[in-house]
Amino acid sequence: MSLFIVNILDGLVTGLLLFMLCSGLTLIFSMMGVLNFAHASFYMLGAYFGYQISTYVGFWPGLILAPIIVGFIGAAVERYGLRRVHKFGHVPELIFTFGLALLIEEVVQYFWGKSQMAFEAPGVLKFAAFSIAGNAFPAYKVFMIFIAMGVFLVLLYILTKTRIGMIIQAALSYPETVQNLGHNVPMIFMGVFGVGTAMAAIAGVIAGPVLGTFPGMAVLLGSIVFVTIVIGGLGSLWGALVASLLIGWLQTFAAAYNLRMADLLVAIGLTEPVDVAQSMLSDLWTLTLPQVGPILPYLLMIIVLVIRPNGLLGKRET
Amino acid sequence: MSEQNTSMAKSSASAQPLVPIKSALPWLAAIAFLLFLPVVFPSGAALTIMNQMAMTIIFALAYNMLLGQAGMLSFGHAVYMGLGGFFCMHLLNQVEYNELYLPLPLLPVFGGLFGLFFAFLIGSFSTRRAGTVFAMISLGVGELIAACSIIIVVFFGGEEGVSGDRTMGPEVFGFDFASQQEVYYLTAIWLILAALGMYLFSRTPIGRIANAVRDNEERAEFLGYSQRNVRWISFCASGFFCGIAGALFAINFEILTEENLNLATSGSILLITFLGGVGFFIGPVIGAVVFTLLQTVLSLYTEIWQLYLGILFVLTVMFFPAGLTGLLAMHLRPWKLGKIGLLANPYAKMLAPALVLVGSGVALMEILFHARHASLGEEEMNLFGITFNSQDWLPTIVVVAIGAGAFYLVRLLAPQVKEAWDMANHAEGQ
Amino acid sequence: MNRFTKSLLGAAFAGAAMVGSFSIAHAEGTIKIAFIDPLSGPFASTGNQGLSHYKFAAEELVNSKGGVLDGQKFEIVAFDNKISAKESLIQLKVAIDQGIRFIAQGNSSGVANAITDAVKKHNRRNPDQQVIFLNYSAVDPALTNDKCNFWHFRFDANADIKMDALTDVMAANEDIKKVYLIGQDYSFGKAVAAAAVKFLKAKRPDVEIVGNELHPIGKVKDFTPYARKIIASGADAMITGNWGSDMVGLGKAVIEAGFDNPIYTYYAASDGITKTFGEAGEGKLKLVMEGQLNPPVSDRAAAYTAKFEKQYPDYDIGQPRIANVIEMLAKAINKAGTATDMAKVAYALEGMEHDSIWGTKVVMRASDHQAIQDVHILAHTAKDVTFDFDNSGYGLRAESTVKMASADSATTCKMKRP
Repeated sequence: MSLFIVNILDGLVTGLLLFMLCSGLTLIFSMMGVLNFAHASFYMLGAYFGYQISTYVGFWPGLILAPIIVGFIGAAVERYGLRRVHKFGHVPELIFTFGLALLIEEVVQYFWGKSQMAFEAPGVLKFAAFSIAGNAFPAYKVFMIFIAMGVFLVLLYILTKTRIGMIIQAALSYPETVQNLGHNVPMIFMGVFGVGTAMAAIAGVIAGPVLGTFPGMAVLLGSIVFVTIVIGGLGSLWGALVASLLIGWLQTFAAAYNLRMADLLVAIGLTEPVDVAQSMLSDLWTLTLPQVGPILPYLLMIIVLVIRPNGLLGKRET
Repeated sequence: MSEQNTSMAKSSASAQPLVPIKSALPWLAAIAFLLFLPVVFPSGAALTIMNQMAMTIIFALAYNMLLGQAGMLSFGHAVYMGLGGFFCMHLLNQVEYNELYLPLPLLPVFGGLFGLFFAFLIGSFSTRRAGTVFAMISLGVGELIAACSIIIVVFFGGEEGVSGDRTMGPEVFGFDFASQQEVYYLTAIWLILAALGMYLFSRTPIGRIANAVRDNEERAEFLGYSQRNVRWISFCASGFFCGIAGALFAINFEILTEENLNLATSGSILLITFLGGVGFFIGPVIGAVVFTLLQTVLSLYTEIWQLYLGILFVLTVMFFPAGLTGLLAMHLRPWKLGKIGLLANPYAKMLAPALVLVGSGVALMEILFHARHASLGEEEMNLFGITFNSQDWLPTIVVVAIGAGAFYLVRLLAPQVKEAWDMANHAEGQ
Repeated sequence: MNRFTKSLLGAAFAGAAMVGSFSIAHAEGTIKIAFIDPLSGPFASTGNQGLSHYKFAAEELVNSKGGVLDGQKFEIVAFDNKISAKESLIQLKVAIDQGIRFIAQGNSSGVANAITDAVKKHNRRNPDQQVIFLNYSAVDPALTNDKCNFWHFRFDANADIKMDALTDVMAANEDIKKVYLIGQDYSFGKAVAAAAVKFLKAKRPDVEIVGNELHPIGKVKDFTPYARKIIASGADAMITGNWGSDMVGLGKAVIEAGFDNPIYTYYAASDGITKTFGEAGEGKLKLVMEGQLNPPVSDRAAAYTAKFEKQYPDYDIGQPRIANVIEMLAKAINKAGTATDMAKVAYALEGMEHDSIWGTKVVMRASDHQAIQDVHILAHTAKDVTFDFDNSGYGLRAESTVKMASADSATTCKMKRP
């Protein structure tokens, strides 16, 4: 039971981290109608900038500065790249962001090399906040939960309660009308893209010390991020939240419990071969849940898409 | 599937010449060229690279049947080539250990059938919708099968993969396919067959309707064509040719690994096809040749070749969405108008500064990279035949100055090129 | 197709034609060793580190001493295989075309399996240009057992030998009662787990294996759930064969979750890993490896390491055995009296006894071409470290040594000799 509680908390951290990426991505999708393949690359840039700044002035300034830098880079990408490609259609847009993801990975390797960076959590948070049956829960993870929650609440407040949020929401659905009312819609799009990438960068800075800062970090998270927003329903902020938490817990629990396929097969009435290693089906009999954990989100996505192409909470046709 | 379509093509050819005699000429030229190549480059490595190119061409052409002709973006297409290859590898092992009678040249047929089978199976649910849904399902399926290749060791051999020996089958006309040269000719023949098959497929009514579905699904649907079935058929045909490429991979490298199925391979075929140009039949061919050359040759000279590739790709998407072939095809109109000569002069003027600009960009990146990552005692670097110390500021300053000069010249000459371009594209009397 | 596409086709194939024309100029009269390993991509730092050690060893141990035979020098020619089996086979062909007869490779047992298979086929099909495969790092036991062949030589201790040595040391530690095994889900990870179970059962039947699991390789973002299980199992030691970011991720997660017992590993040093662990790994990380840098075994070894560190400040001697590869190859060529007749060189290398710069005797066992040598258990520490890794102040210091580990271990290899 105590292990269960720890896993719930760990899954929450993973899910909220995922949500910081997904919320930005899903806003960008609502706006431009295109999945930004390079979104996780901005997360990686955030981690690297955060690391670089932390080597000069420490972790905290990095947490503020890195997202701002990445936000400006994101805005520039929208202004000079995506806007240009937009007129060619959706497929070239998707391919552009795909190419951008490859390019950013190469650029990161060009400047920082291929090894893992020694990005450390700040000293003040290097203690165990509490521990459950010997399992320590680091203070840093508590901090991650608060940051992620904070970002979500601020975002929600801006989108629903402020004037600028209203204009953004209107621009997402009726760009021409909003343009005719005298608002600078291209500017709004650029701003939303910048803010979305900056949020990915915040996630990068806080995840860098825990999940590692290395050139493969974007790829490792990249496709999971799309999977999450596709499951949640493209364009739906609440859908992204639900799907992020779902995936976070799914992955945590899949890794935490060694359910064996053999038990399942025996339960349905099959008998385990005496010499499993020599059997043609040895892979099936020795399969465990942690082995297949990372592919479960993909499986879930395929099932959701086949049954409900709009995703769990999505309203619009993808 | 494709055989059927090809025969359809032939039967309708009698009524209306589907393939004019004029069109056959380039194919004959290509055949002659392929036969002639090993005479010029007989070395084993060159043959291996040419084989690699041939496989990539088939794979890219098959991919473009989806992306270019049917407008379907797949992020997991390596699966069909890889699965075809894995099954063929197992067939080869059956030939070796269980004395199955199968002449090697026929192996690609089976590879194709396996590719077709899986495309049929997976296409049955993934092609229901186009656009993002299709792209995401293809990504999911790709990840699933790549992950399975590690888990299901009996079939995929884990990360070591499955290997075999192509020479164990019956000899065909006295060839046992031990030498790279014999394999080259086998691959070349299949390249021609597969490319011809795909070309003819694009000319059949079903190929044309695929274009219609790509351009406007609803209108095609109202014309009485099930957009879903059209996509499914295109998908199956593409799977068939991917399987052929997979079989050729098995013959050539005699090993298949997880790499043949993974996302990186799927991604690079997208890159290759787009780089070459999706709007043209010949586009993927050019993409495959350029990419293989870049990958094999460039990586001999520079460590950051992937960075160059990434830059090239992003620039292509941004400025030439029709790919390299599109860039060349832009000159078709001036040529037809007989005004291509007008462009010669400004192009020649532009050539030198443009090359210098690219060269100085490359030099700058190489110097910075070397300065950052070189080890002590190896500060000397060699660039374009000049040796210097990368830790000095002087070379960087010189390169930046040269680059700035070249940039200025390019800016200066750009209006001239634009003017000549407008002139060359302007038909008389318009 | 029209005139235009036809000329395009021509242009495309003209491009293809260029392929055959490339070649790199090499100094004449040298003996070339092809180094086929990742020099770009995620594993490039390991590859480049190995390459610099090869270059350094060739210069330091052979060329500066007058070369081999009648003064021929060693030359290391680098080929980037991007850690792909397919690319490795292409680069192997390119290397053979350039007249190179010695192939060195080490990163990834998957690639090594592909190369050893290709070398075997190549040597059978082309008896006039045979090659020798010098495997300096791939440790899958199968390479010197079921898949062994005459042209393959392994200079590293294989996964079984390392586990044999490791469990010798663990068996002597009475504090260890419960062991947790975790590894990457592929041939090497499975080999490590199987060997650990086998040896622990034989040497310490009282030790309980409280966990034995595999996780997907390179796909786990967050190892925390695994760490929770390990803590909850009450293990007082853990064994893993993880490498790269999987090693860092697992190690950091386990330590962060409060694990305070030894973590026995194969590859948790250098390439940024030592630096990333830093203080957190002190007293916990233990590596099993051949070759001892700290404390230096001799003045010669110390001078060699110091000179390398000076020449390549960003790299470490993460794979000390490379020095053995170069020295033993030079000896074999001298003994065979030829650098062109590969069968003679291979016979000279077979069964060779060599006094390594790292203070151990190395025997290239004739029955399976597996090098037998001292294997050390090294501790990740900052205390008394003469040569650190990643310029971090932390390095590996020898804690215990198993002399000529597994010298009499059985092999299933049935070597076919020409």
